[in-house]
Amino acid sequence: MNRREPLIFELSGEGKRAFFLPPLDVPEKREILEFLPCRENIPGFPEVSEPEIVRHFTRLAQTNFCVDTTFYPLGSCTMKYSPKINEKIAGLSHFLTIHPLAQEELVQGSLELIKLLEDYLCRITGMAYFTLWPAAGAHGELTGMMMIRAALTRRGNPRKIVLIPDSAHGTNPSSAHLCGYHVQEIKSNEEGTVDVEDLEKMMTDEVAALMLTNPNTLGIFEKDICRLAEIVHRRGGFVYMDGANMNALLGKFRPGDHGVDVIHLNLHKTFSTPHGGGGPGAGPVGVTEELEPFLPIPVIKREGERLVVENNRPLSIGRVRTFFGNFLVLVKALAYILSLGDEGLKQVAEIAVLNSNYLRKSLEGIFHLKYSSPTLHECVFSDKWQREKGVQNIDIAKRLIDFGLHPPTMSFPLIVQGALMIEPTETESKVELDAFIEAMKQIAYEAEKNPEILKTAPHRAYVRRLDEVAAARNPVLRWKG
Amino acid sequence: MSYIPLSQRDIEEMLRRIGVSSLDELFQSIPEEIRWKGSLNLPSPLSESELLEYFEKLGQKNTYPQFLSFLGAGAYPHLIPAVVDYLSSRGEFVTPYTPYQPEVSQGTLQIIFEYQTLICQLTALEIANASLYEGATAVAEAVLMAQRIRNRSKILVARSLHPQYRQVMATYVKNLGLTIEEVDFDLKSGQLSLDDLTKRLSEEVIALVVQNPNFFGVVEKLEEAFSLSHQKGALAIAVIAEGLSLGLLKPPGEVGADIACGEGQSFGLPLAFGGPYLGFIACRENFLRQLPGRIAGQTKDAEGKIGYVLTLSTREQHIRREKATSNICTNQAWCALRATIFLETLGPKGLRELAYYNLQKANYALEKLCSLPGIKRHFSGPIFNEFVLELEQPVNKITSQLLNRGIIAGYPLERDYPELKNCLLLCVTEVHSKEKIDELVRAFKEVLS
Repeated sequence: MNRREPLIFELSGEGKRAFFLPPLDVPEKREILEFLPCRENIPGFPEVSEPEIVRHFTRLAQTNFCVDTTFYPLGSCTMKYSPKINEKIAGLSHFLTIHPLAQEELVQGSLELIKLLEDYLCRITGMAYFTLWPAAGAHGELTGMMMIRAALTRRGNPRKIVLIPDSAHGTNPSSAHLCGYHVQEIKSNEEGTVDVEDLEKMMTDEVAALMLTNPNTLGIFEKDICRLAEIVHRRGGFVYMDGANMNALLGKFRPGDHGVDVIHLNLHKTFSTPHGGGGPGAGPVGVTEELEPFLPIPVIKREGERLVVENNRPLSIGRVRTFFGNFLVLVKALAYILSLGDEGLKQVAEIAVLNSNYLRKSLEGIFHLKYSSPTLHECVFSDKWQREKGVQNIDIAKRLIDFGLHPPTMSFPLIVQGALMIEPTETESKVELDAFIEAMKQIAYEAEKNPEILKTAPHRAYVRRLDEVAAARNPVLRWKG
Repeated sequence: MSYIPLSQRDIEEMLRRIGVSSLDELFQSIPEEIRWKGSLNLPSPLSESELLEYFEKLGQKNTYPQFLSFLGAGAYPHLIPAVVDYLSSRGEFVTPYTPYQPEVSQGTLQIIFEYQTLICQLTALEIANASLYEGATAVAEAVLMAQRIRNRSKILVARSLHPQYRQVMATYVKNLGLTIEEVDFDLKSGQLSLDDLTKRLSEEVIALVVQNPNFFGVVEKLEEAFSLSHQKGALAIAVIAEGLSLGLLKPPGEVGADIACGEGQSFGLPLAFGGPYLGFIACRENFLRQLPGRIAGQTKDAEGKIGYVLTLSTREQHIRREKATSNICTNQAWCALRATIFLETLGPKGLRELAYYNLQKANYALEKLCSLPGIKRHFSGPIFNEFVLELEQPVNKITSQLLNRGIIAGYPLERDYPELKNCLLLCVTEVHSKEKIDELVRAFKEVLS
């Protein structure tokens, strides 16, 4: 198992093949090539057989931890189980084979599916409208901020500043910046939340929006959200909610009812579509009635029995992605919602919060918890007590691998030094949670008695600890033969 | 349905451990007055068999599969070898996160490394990232990257760049104080007008963006256009919407491109109503620090064994926040995995043959169709697997008559290019047998006569 799997390029041998075409069935005209600027060959491109391909990828697959095999408690990533029926549904040929530029009449099924998902996301969040085109959370943030900017511009002044708490995910400031805004950071208070008084001081007529993650990345609900929204609105700003942690709120809190003007959801988190090793996701954006004119094109509209694709929308921010977003991701999310219904979604939030609090309670006193406020779907411990023995969060994380467990999110949020951010989700059994708790206790014990075993971990993975510093210092980013 | 693996007894035990008496009590941090207590008004939950039936019915409302289609225009029907579906559907590829913990993500990381290498080889450029969302946002990212390298104010874009790509790019740069100017295409050849380009080039220009083959399927003469741009200090960005063309045509790196970007859907991704697809980007090595998105790099472990990690993250949002090169976080990793399996399965010969088949079949169709009275080839420039026909009769009338015969004849260009009245963009690939092409020709003949 521990033999290094070669790169495919190292398996290459001239003349080996895994792909064969039928004979060309039209009369061949070689002279066409004379008019074309053609390449000679593709230097280095691998030549391998089918059995080699299958073994190569199967072996590589076996070196990955994934939700299907392993507890994967990455905080703020919501690594829940991805139902298999949803994969099967997304693989139906009537979804797979549809060209996105076909006439509306021929794709009414796809359009209806989009409309249904928009509608259900509105009901879940309390927003008035949704656009499903953003391809990921950060893309949703950008889209949402662009709508805010467009609305403010129409009022006469796009303004200059976006307020973002210091606990926010890095995409928030990055998206605001890409939208032409300066970012001002709001310091979290002792409870780990945004302080009403702080916001009051920072909110001026040049602030376009407050970007708020709720529950925030500490897993804490921003309980003053109504007051915060009121302050922002009073000065003519908008409230953007990063809905990455919506899993905690399903059926428990509808942001649209309480002053949130724009929200993005991560279908690859809350709505169970698989992460695929880093994507594809989908980051639908919900808005209030007021922001509807600024939605990106196209907008799908009902005209009697028919659904039509509307592109002529003068106030729209424009197009943010080709065609209809990551459509198959939308299919899976709709299937998820329809399979759970009202009670099922509410139960998702309840058990996600139960599991998280069970972990928190079981590990309190063993690992340091910077904020004592109650938490919902995730909790953020730190390595503070272990650091006294020279053990850091990275050592704890790598040691977990030896127990067959995926580490939590590390070193984030930035306001907790040595953070270990744990989000179990609702799809973990008590047996799995107990195994994690036992492993963490063992690691805390080892930090006291035998810190070396942590600092040299992992010991039982496919590779030992990798040198990330060397990778950045001397970048090797492709095979060169 | 439910995917919750806790028994009632588990729940009770856990509540006891936490020290609360009910699940509701866990939500007390949400103030009572704003906690939602009503129904979300969603339909009653469906069981697995009901769910499948529901979606099968919904799918049946898509009548598109009943038609013989010649639509391309940025989304291309191609063969997908069985190993692509088989291997990419493994749970170890479908259900991990971004490989933040490299020691337990070597599969994902090595595949990204192979993918980056393949993209470099295909484009003849030196470095590539791990993927972007899709073709249009890849172009937008390339333009933003060029702006960071050349701190100027104007972007020149070929009018023959995919209309939706141009729209997305415009959306992205709108708030950043950049202007976009379009460069005309030559009305005869369909290729970029070098005269118009020369007129528009100046020291203000960040980059020239040209799609090849362009939106009309016409193969460009990139060398000249890019060399003119370089003379004014502007960067050269080659956009590839039909990735398969890279199997046959001269790669961007050999014709002077500084950045190549575009759409990898043709590499093993189904049409799927437009997504998920695969944005790719590659560039010259000296632009490394400005490249957006994830990058995998090779390193060694504590015992000297070769391994892979995500690297150079000081470019990225989680470290640099508002100063990052891009806001992208989640990308299209699984689509890049499919592209990797696809490209490694085809190999250099397979890819070239497949591209060659597309070329031959499209040219066969073009020749047959142009032999009919009432149809002529609109552009004289060489084509790859798409071409523009100009009809004597109104295009809507003809396409609706063809639709009645079960044929989707292509993409009418007039909606995006008013100057291309009665013009139709058709795509012919290896999925179109001679029999199907002949059926198209026959149908055209009938409706035109």
